[in-house]
This record gives sequence, C-alpha cells and structure tokens, in this order.
Amino acid sequence: MIGVMLGEAWHAMGANRMRTFLTMLGMMIGVGAVIAMLAIGQGVKDSVNDSIASMGSNLFIVVSGSTTSGGMRMGGGAAPTITVGDAQAIAELPSVRASAPVIGGTAQIVHGSSNWSTSVSGVTPDYLEVAAWQISRGAWIADSDLRAATRVAVIGKTVADNLFGDEDPIGQTIRIKQSPFVVIGLLEAKGQALDGRDQDDIILVPLRTAQRQLFAQQFQNAVRNIMVQAVSASAMPQAEKEMNELLRQRHRLREGADDDFTVRNMTAMAKMAAQTAQLMSMLLGAIASISLIVGGVGIMNIMLVSVTERTREIGIRMAIGARRRDILAQFLLEAVSISVAGCIIGVLLGIGAALLVGQLMQTQVVITLSSILLGFAVATAVGVFFGFYPAHQASKLRPIEALRYQ
Amino acid sequence: MPAGLIQIRHLYKQYETAAGPVPVLHDIALDIDPGEFVAIMGPSGSGKSTFMNILGCLDIPTSGQYLLRGKDVGTLDHDALASLRNQVIGFVFQGFNLLPRANLETNVALPLLYARVGRSERLERARHYLQQMGLGKYCKSLPSQISGGQQQRVAIARALAGNPSLILADEPTGNLDTQTSREIMDIFTRLNTEEGITIVLVTHEPDIAHYARRLVRFVDGRVVHDGSVEIAHEGAMA
Ligand SMILES: Nc1ncnc2c1ncn2[C@@H]1O[C@H](COP(=O)(O)OP(=O)(O)OP(=O)(O)O)[C@@H](O)[C@H]1O
Ligand SMILES: [Mg+2]
Repeated sequence: MIGVMLGEAWHAMGANRMRTFLTMLGMMIGVGAVIAMLAIGQGVKDSVNDSIASMGSNLFIVVSGSTTSGGMRMGGGAAPTITVGDAQAIAELPSVRASAPVIGGTAQIVHGSSNWSTSVSGVTPDYLEVAAWQISRGAWIADSDLRAATRVAVIGKTVADNLFGDEDPIGQTIRIKQSPFVVIGLLEAKGQALDGRDQDDIILVPLRTAQRQLFAQQFQNAVRNIMVQAVSASAMPQAEKEMNELLRQRHRLREGADDDFTVRNMTAMAKMAAQTAQLMSMLLGAIASISLIVGGVGIMNIMLVSVTERTREIGIRMAIGARRRDILAQFLLEAVSISVAGCIIGVLLGIGAALLVGQLMQTQVVITLSSILLGFAVATAVGVFFGFYPAHQASKLRPIEALRYQ
Repeated sequence: MPAGLIQIRHLYKQYETAAGPVPVLHDIALDIDPGEFVAIMGPSGSGKSTFMNILGCLDIPTSGQYLLRGKDVGTLDHDALASLRNQVIGFVFQGFNLLPRANLETNVALPLLYARVGRSERLERARHYLQQMGLGKYCKSLPSQISGGQQQRVAIARALAGNPSLILADEPTGNLDTQTSREIMDIFTRLNTEEGITIVLVTHEPDIAHYARRLVRFVDGRVVHDGSVEIAHEGAMA
C-alpha cells in the first residue's frame, strides 16, 4: 500500500515538475540554511571549546592597572605595578596551586638565513603547567636554568615551522635580539586562542634570562602579568578574594584607593565565551528554521491547489472504494515526499554552503550527523504538519460533489 | 420471497441550493432482486442520476429507507459506505472517469488497492479483466491513448475488478456511437446472464433499454412505469 502510494506521490510530483521543484525549493533553502548554520555554529563552539581546553583550568591572570566596569584596561602608559615578588607571595596563598610570572614582548629571531618576529616570554618552570602547555620533544626550562639565567629557549610549533622547516630544532642555536639561545624543547601545538591569536607563535625563555638580557626593565622585577591557578574550581572565588587583599596590602593601597592591578578570572571569561558561542549557534539555527516554516507554508499552499485540481480524481477514488483515511494518507504522503525530497537536496546544499563559508572565512565548520538527522526529522514534521490540512480537506470531500467537480 | 438486493421505501431527495431546497425525488419505492437487468429511462432532469447516485452510496437520501442486501444504508458510516462501493458496487460512468495519469492496469487494479489486495495479485486480476474486455495488449497504455469505446471497456473491467454483485451504469453509452454502444451492451448482457451480476443502467435510447429485462421510467422525480421494456419507445423523445 505504502509502496503504491509512494509511487503515486512520485507520479503526482512528476506531473508538474516546475511547480514541485519550486515548492521543494523552499524546503531546500530552509534545510540548507539550518544545516549550514548549525555547522558554522558548531564550528565556532568547537574552536572556542578547543581554545578553552588549551587555556589551563581554574585560571586567573593578574595584570597591572585597574579596569573600568566594562573591562577596559585603563592607564596604559602607567608604570607596571606587579612584580615577581607579588607572584611569589600569591603562590603562598592556600587557595592557589601555582603562580607563574611572565615578562616579555616581541622580538626578532634569526636562525641562519631565516628570521621571524614573535612573542618572547620569560617564564618560570611552573608556567608550563599553569598555562597548560605540553612538551612534545626535548626538555622544559629547569629550576637550574632559572637560577643561572641560562640562554635556553623552548619554542612553539609555528616558530619551529618558520625557522627550521623540516629540520630538527632541538640543540640548534637561534638569535633573539642578537643573543644566542639554544633550543632545548618544542611545545605541543595548541592552535588558536579565544581571541583568534596563534598560541603556537611563541618562544619561552627562563624568566631571569629575559629580565637581564632581553627586556631590560626600568622597574626592577616588574612583570607583564602573573598567571595563577587556583587549587580547584570551587576555590576560585576564595582565591580571587585572597589575591585582591594580598596585592592591595603589598602595594600599600589605602582604604578607598583604586586597585593598581586587575585580577581577571579567565575561566569565567572562557565560560562566557562558550555560552556566547552556544547562544549564537542556537540563534543562527532559529533564524534558519524560520525559512523552514516558510517552506512548509509553500507546501501547504501547493497541496491546497493540488487538492482542488484533483477533486475529480478524489471523487473517482472514493467512488471505487477509497476510504477517507486512504485519501488523507495519499495527500499527506505527497506533502511529506516533497518535503523530504527537498530536504535531501537541502542537506547537500547546506553541506556545500558550510564548507564554502569555512573556506572563505577561514573558520572551522563542523557538520554533525545529528544536525542532518535533525534536518530530516524537521522536514518530515513540516511535511506532516503543513500537509495535514490540505489532506484533511481532501479526505472530507463528499464523493458525489467531488465526482461532479469540473 | 427471495432476499431483495435493493429495497427502497418512501425515498425523498432534495438538493439544498442557494435559492432554497430543490426537491428532486418524491416518495420512490423500488425493489430490485439479485440477477435483474433494469433500465431506467425518463426525461432530462427527472432525477435518474440523482437516484443512481443514491443507489451507489455516493449520495444520501433526504429521507426514506434504502436497504442494500438487507442493510440499511442510512445507518452506515463513511468507511462502511466506502467498503460497500468497493466490494458490492461497480460503477460505469458516461464520462468513463478513468485516472488520466495512470495506465490501464493500474486503473483497473485501483479498487483492489483499496481492498488491500497484494500487488502481484492485484495486477494479475487487473490484466485478467482487461483481457476479458479484449484489451490485453493495452495494459501499459494511458487512457488518452485508446478510443472511447475502449475506455468504457476499461471502466467496466475496473468495475468488475472489485467482484461486485451490482453494476450501476449512468448513460454508459451516452458518449459512444451505435456500433460501440452495441458492443458495450453485449458485455453487460453477458455479465448479467453468465455471471449473474445485477445491472441497473440509465439510458435515453430505447434500443439500449431493450437489452434490459425490466424498465423503470422516471418523470419529475416519480416512478411512472415499472415493468416491461416493451413500451420503452413510448415518450422516449420527451
Ligand atoms: N448538485 C445539485 N444541486 C442542485 N440541484 C441539482 C443538483 N444535481 C441535480 N440537480 C437538479 O436535480 C434535478 C435532477 O437532476 P438529475 O441529474 O438527477 O437528472 P437526470 O434525470 O439525470 O437528467 P439527465 O437525463 O439530463 O442526466 C435537475 O433539475 C437538476 O437541476
Ligand atoms: Mg443524468
């Protein structure tokens, strides 16, 4: 029965190809838009989540200067206020697991005939874990390197690719601001940060080496920022409070005076970014769904026309024994067939569009099976929902009136 | 007394129109037994088609009783009426009423589809009836590709496919020439005598009415004659 009815639906669709195609077009565009939007949204979500995973957990960053409520950094030109001493004091707090001061800036790196401008950071051994880095090859900066201010460097993947190409960088000498450094380790790649920056475009050197030989400081022991890891997620509010108190005390700020530092809860920011990405992808999906509804209305419209045109056929069928539900099923199946056929093409269009957008905008797109299944489910539902009324109208026709219809 | 196939008592029918009710049938009483061959004649507008549609369960009377095989049709729901049309009644219309987009075997198999007969049996039976109508080689043709007489034979094959005990034909030869009409009437006669199928047909032509064994004449929505076909010519041109 279903087979025959599918055949008939196919016939009916084929009887007026242009009209069927135009009706399907609405569904194609709708489903295509949903698939593409979900793919783009999922891509954004995934890359945000990747960045968050690469960021380190329960993380704060302490920087100089106060912030406005909007999060804008103020007093850009002001003297740096946080120091290595602050970092050491923070590390002693009970709610803090580790604290890693960072100094640095941009420097020109030369190796043989290659040169590359990148960010060079002076860090302590704790930095590796706080910032969630992994060493892929070679060694990490040891305590002894820190104490002796040795000229060793651990480099990110982007730097390695640009300076060494296929060569093995370990043991090679590079020049940072003219000074020779031996590459002792290679960092595991992390990819993009939340702000889109390439995290692997980095060179890490011992903190003291950077202080003394690369970035001579006007202010003794000032650092660019301190990365702080709390002992646990639940300890984060406590850690934030303790740090604020400690730093105000260390910086001798009087009651009522503005902070000269800012503690940023990176984990909270990351969560917000993830939520924003989630919201965005839902919003995109919702907007795209509207076109599905429009497509559904198109199907309903054409099915109503079709029922009217085929009134006589309905009469003939009823005269030879079709029951109301047979007629209902026939037209419903036809509506669903149009809808699902449109959906199949729409899925392909959507995948194509998503890949194209990914190419053009250099963003990640992720086409999931669940979004395709969702597309089919919604298309079927739209077909049933918008096909029901016309099919019901058809089934309610009185046989004699349908037969007489000219 | 043999169980009647059709028993009609005090049957009235009026159409509700914008201009008010139009009475068409008045107090019709008619019995038809299994195996009869009845011709219905009468002037245009006398209510013959209206009556046939009620006989065929396509329309319902305004009042009165219609028993088909002893069952009061007025008490049946849509599904039961559909199944009567499917299993008991076969229709042959003046305008053939074939589905234009379906080929002949599909058209003939249609009643079997609604009777939930399996695909292969359906097509086998459809081809059998088409062959019986001498149209075996046109199984895959479309209705538009054959002549009117052939189309009417397809319609008869379709009516037969449901294995009906009653065939209702409203001016089945109205669109056909004399020769083709004769062929169609020979088919009806054979179905009536050889297969015992009850046939009720409406016609304007006395020659066609003569194939039947009983004549019912309608005038202004009333039965004015019920009996011999010998007087078919009388008032035929009215
Ligand atoms: N759907 C309808 N609505 C209103 N009036 C109708 C309808 N169908 C038929 N009539 C009227 O009922 C009367 C009987 O019509 P019917 O079709 O039964 O006549 P008939 O005997 O079959 O005529 P003919 O020989 O021309 O086919 C006519 O006066 C017609 O105008
Ligand atoms: Mg008539």
